Formats: sequence, structure tokens, C-alpha cells
Amino acid sequence: MLRKSIVWIVFAIVLLVLPQIFTSIFSISIFTQMTIAIVFALSYNMLLGQGGMLSFGHAVYFGLGGFLAVHALMMIENEEMMFSVTLIPLVGGLFGLIAALFIGSFSTHKAGTVFAMISLGMGELIAASSLILVSFFGGEAGVSGDRTYGPPFFGYDFAQGIEVYYLAAAWMFVATLCMYLFTQTPAGRMANAVRDNPERAEFIGYSARRVRFISFAMAGFFAGIAGGLFAVNYEILTEENLNAASSGRVLLMAYIGGLGFFIGPIVGAIVLTLINSLLSNYTTLWMLYLGILFVLTVMFLPRGLTGFLMMHRVPWHLGKLRLLAVPYTLTSMPGAVFLLGLVAMIEMSHASGSEFVYLGIALNPDGYGSWAFLLAVTGVAFYVLRLTLPRLRDAWSEANTITRKPDHAAKESGGQS
Amino acid sequence: MSLLQLQNVSKSFGETAIIRDVSLSIAQGEKHAIIGPNGAGKSTLFNLISGRYGVSSGNILFKGNPIHNLKPFEIARMGLARSFQVTNIFPLLSVFENIRCGLLWSMDYRYSFWNLVSRQKALNARTEAVLEEIGLHDRRNFPAGELAYAEQRALELGIAIASGAEMILLDEPVAGMSHSEAKNAVALIRKVTEGKTLVMVEHDMSIVFDVADRITVLVYGEVIASDVPAKIRGNPRVQEAYLGEVVTGDGVEATHA
Ligand SMILES: Nc1ncnc2c1ncn2[C@@H]1O[C@H](COP(=O)(O)OP(=O)(O)O)[C@@H](O)[C@H]1O
Ligand SMILES: [Mg+2]
Repeated sequence: MLRKSIVWIVFAIVLLVLPQIFTSIFSISIFTQMTIAIVFALSYNMLLGQGGMLSFGHAVYFGLGGFLAVHALMMIENEEMMFSVTLIPLVGGLFGLIAALFIGSFSTHKAGTVFAMISLGMGELIAASSLILVSFFGGEAGVSGDRTYGPPFFGYDFAQGIEVYYLAAAWMFVATLCMYLFTQTPAGRMANAVRDNPERAEFIGYSARRVRFISFAMAGFFAGIAGGLFAVNYEILTEENLNAASSGRVLLMAYIGGLGFFIGPIVGAIVLTLINSLLSNYTTLWMLYLGILFVLTVMFLPRGLTGFLMMHRVPWHLGKLRLLAVPYTLTSMPGAVFLLGLVAMIEMSHASGSEFVYLGIALNPDGYGSWAFLLAVTGVAFYVLRLTLPRLRDAWSEANTITRKPDHAAKESGGQS
Repeated sequence: MSLLQLQNVSKSFGETAIIRDVSLSIAQGEKHAIIGPNGAGKSTLFNLISGRYGVSSGNILFKGNPIHNLKPFEIARMGLARSFQVTNIFPLLSVFENIRCGLLWSMDYRYSFWNLVSRQKALNARTEAVLEEIGLHDRRNFPAGELAYAEQRALELGIAIASGAEMILLDEPVAGMSHSEAKNAVALIRKVTEGKTLVMVEHDMSIVFDVADRITVLVYGEVIASDVPAKIRGNPRVQEAYLGEVVTGDGVEATHA
């Protein structure tokens, strides 16, 4: 209990201090994006990781919540309503909840393929109607508002990015806490049970459908809150925010972060936001790299980045973590060269003109010399990488054996939630 | 008065009749065994009673109420719990969680999302007690899917008995266990079903004659006898169905797999 409270207190402190350390407008904008992505990704994991429902249309609830939030902003601006902008995310949440109650009433009858297909269909349907119902969705241009109207909140009018960050961080903290606590309630525990074995759940008194419906409604609510935060931050929503691409992105976040852990989607949201905002400054191909990262995760880290970190709990408990330091270093050096070489070739094939500077090296996309050079470097790196693997493998099994006690093993694999 | 009553129950899968006109009555507090060769329809009978399958015709009454049109969770809530012949647990949840989930509805938590399970003293104490009973206390934090076979069978039984349901259906609860494991399991079954109504499918005749107050013999979906053990032993149709093997009270000569 105490240990858990400490985690939350540290979390709150990090959120408070972060923009005081990285003070640029750019970094604060990234932090705000992260908080929004975290709420959205956690809400998605209520479906997939905790409830076993693979959704391809979760952006619908984010988007609908966001659109209504923008309308609420407009109403505040037009003085048709008077309430603080700090409550806008709740407006988004309630609309996300209503939409989820309606769609969930039929989509949660079955899990598996049926659920996935309905989520895809509903996503397409709503994205398409958003372009048709211009009065609510604003067509291609979307709808926009202004967050600085309405009664100020203790003197703040949210004209500045840092104010928006703290508002978003506060909402994110509360939403994250609520979503965590939900996993610890009877409905949340049964969501896991139904994910594992819907049939058996019915024989201990629970309707699998009802259990899924509750998780689905909750997920819609929190996605709507994320949408409301997005509305406050960007003051504009377009069809892009509820279409299949957005639904796909939140799936990637949760999956890459790790579905089996509560913090998995948080990790995924942070990593993907960084990739999105940092990498896109350097290359137009960042989506490609994101796709590669996803495929590699699915193939090699089925429990996500968090799962990869958690794998080290056994060596850590055994006090053998340092056995891995040298092998990890030896493997990651050729690994890094290999990846950089691959990236260089991808970028060079995409580059236009005859000048291409990569990591300070001038290359010529039209000349055989540059290609031969990169192929050679990458090939050698790959060969060296393979040579280092047996040593890493041995170190790994050594770090996991001998004094292995059952309770350590249990802690390691009991992390599913 | 009978707690469970089957009236002319039949079940066909497509053309094949699997359960044929079965009528059966099980009294409150009775320990009832169902025996019969493989493929006789014993598991199917359990699936009909517990709502997994719908009946093709006939009625099933539990506490005088028709249940043959109810869903499994509705039947479970009335106080009828069951275990499965093929282990049917929550593989990613911990052993502790498996049992606790089995308790939630019976302890009236329903679909609540305002109680924290970790704060529910009675719930967790009861879970611990069940874990102790089924001997999986030291396995409490393991994912259920990683347990050994015999341990999974014990967990399967634990989930069924956790809720303290009035009527418990156990489908071959000790199948695949070693002799000593089976002995322990039978002692446990006896203990936890005290004062309850038990219906058990079992092949081991020594266990059947040891535990059961009444025995029903099912062959090709038909009840050929349903009576007290002494009468079953001497029943010529039963002897015939068991292909000449001698069914005795103290022996295990009839060892149908
Ligand atoms: N869902 C089903 N669909 C089709 N046939 C089934 C189904 N369930 C059971 N059966 C058939 O019913 C017969 C009885 O099976 P079962 O009840 O499992 O027998 P027992 O438990 O007595 O060994 C078997 O022939 C089996 O193949
Ligand atoms: Mg069977």
C-alpha cells in the first residue's frame, strides 16, 4: 500500500517538475501531447490488454469527445454557457461515454473477430459521416474554438502552453489513477477473467457480455477525456482525429508499450510521442520507422517494451544484472551500426539530388561508391552482431539461473494485470 | 423434495441423439454419482443442466424453477456451480485471482467498480481459506496457466467450490491424478460438499461407491438405472453394460477409462 502510494507521489512530482527542467515551448508542447496520448493509450488498453477486445475504432470516442469539447468551447465563447475551461475534458469524457454506451450495447456481444470487425465498421461509418454532417464536424476543415474565454481559473486563462500543460497533466494524473483503481475493482478483475476465458466466467455468475460492456463504456469515457484535452490543447478537431489512422496509432502505442502491464501504454505513449515529434524533424520517413518498430515488437517483444524491461526482474532479484552489462554493450555497438547503416540506405534511396549528408558523411545517392560503402558497413556490422549473440545468450541464461527461487519466478511472471 | 429434476430431457447434435429421454431426480443434500462408458453423454448432461447447451426437449427444474432456458450465469447465480472435465481456468490470472473471481458474485460484488478488491477483508480471507483447502497456497502468485496438470485440476475444483453453491456438479474431478492425489481430492470433495448436494461423474468405482448415496448409470444417452449403490451393484443391466466386468463395492475391477 505504502509502496504504491510512493509510486503515485513520485509520478505527481515528475509531472510538476518536468516543465521546470525542460522549459522551452517545444518541450512543453511535447509534454502536453504525451499526457493526452497517455490517457488515450491507457483507455485503449482497458479494451485490448485488460478486456481482450481488439478495437480498430477507438479514435471514434476520442474524436467525438473532442468535437463536442470544441463545441463547448464555442458556446463558452458565445456566452451560451458559463463554465471553466478546466471542465472541458469532462464534457469530452461524457460524450465519449454516451457514444460508447450506444455502440457498446451491440459491439460487445462477442469478443474476437466479430468485435474487431464491428469496431472497424463503426470507425469507418463515423469517420465518413463526420465529413457529411458539416454542422457538427465542420467538414474537411473541422471545427475550432478558443480556450481563453470563460471564467478564469484562479487567475489563469490558459493562453500559455505551460498552463495548458498543467491542466492536461492534472487531468491525466486523475484519469490514470482512476483507470488503475478500476483494474482493482470486481468489474476490473472480471474484465481480466473474461479476457482469459469468457466461458468459464459465465459459470461463476458473470455475463461475459456485461463485463465487456462495462470496460467498453469506461474506455469510451477516458478516450473522450483525452479528446477533450486535445480540444483544449489544439483548439481544433478534424476528421483525422477520429479516423482509422488515429485508431491504428493508439493500438501501436499500447502494443509497443506492452499490453500486459498497466504502465505499458504509458511507456508506449511516451515513446511514440517522442518518435512522432522528434523524428519527424529529421526525416519524412518517420512513419516507416514506426512501422518497423511495431513489426519488430510484435516479432521479438510480444510483451512490449515494458515486458522487455520486466524480463530483467529475475536477474535483478538474483543480483546478477551486472553479468549482462558487457554482453549488452558488445551486442549493441554492432547493432547500432547495423541499424544506422540500414537507415542510411533507406534515407539515401529516398533522397533527391546528388548530395546526401548523413551523420556528417557526404554520400552520393547516384554513385555506386556510396552504396557499396554502406552495404559493406552494414554487412560487416550484421556479421559482427551475429558473432556477439551466443555470448549474450549465455550471459542471459546464466543471469537467470542457479539461485532462482520460486517466489522470484512468480513475481516475474505474475505481472499480468 | 428434489433440488434438481430432469423431466424427459433429450439432446441431439444434428441427427445424432446424445441424450435420450432422461428423467432424474436429485434430492437436497444427496451425493449422486453418474457413471457410464465413455461417450455415454455424462458431460453433455452436465452441460445441459448448467446451461452450456440448450435442451432439444424436456424440462430441467432447479429448486422447482425451470432453468433449461436460462444462461449459464443465471443458473450459477441460483446456486449451481460446476467444474469441467477438460480444465477450464483463467490461464493468465494468478491462482489467487482465479479463486477470488470464483467468489465475487456469490459474495455479492456483482459488477461493482467502486470497491477495491484488495480492501475486502472477508473476500480475501475466504480466498485464502479455499487456497489452503485445495493445497495451492504456495502457488498463489503463479499464473494459473503455468501450473502442473494435477495442480490445475485442484484449481478447477477450487473455482467450482469457492462460491459455496448449494449444488455442485463435478465432471471427473480426479481424472489423471495419481492415487494419493486422488485420495486427497476425494477427502477434500467430501469436506467441502458437506451439507451440500453433489453430482459427480466418476470412473473409479471405489470412489463412486465410497462417496455416493445414489448412482445413475448412463449408457448411450439413456438412464439404465438410478438407485442406491447396493441395488446398482446387483443390477443385471448394469453388469451387462459394463461388458461382464464385475462391479463390486470394494474393488476397482470395473476400470473404464
Ligand atoms: N458440442 C457437441 N457437438 C456434437 N457432438 C457432441 C458435442 N458434445 C458432445 N458430443 C458427442 O456426444 C457424445 C457424448 O459425449 P460426452 O457427453 O462428452 O460423453 P461422456 O462425458 O459420457 O464421455 C459423444 O459422442 C460426443 O462426440
Ligand atoms: Mg465426459
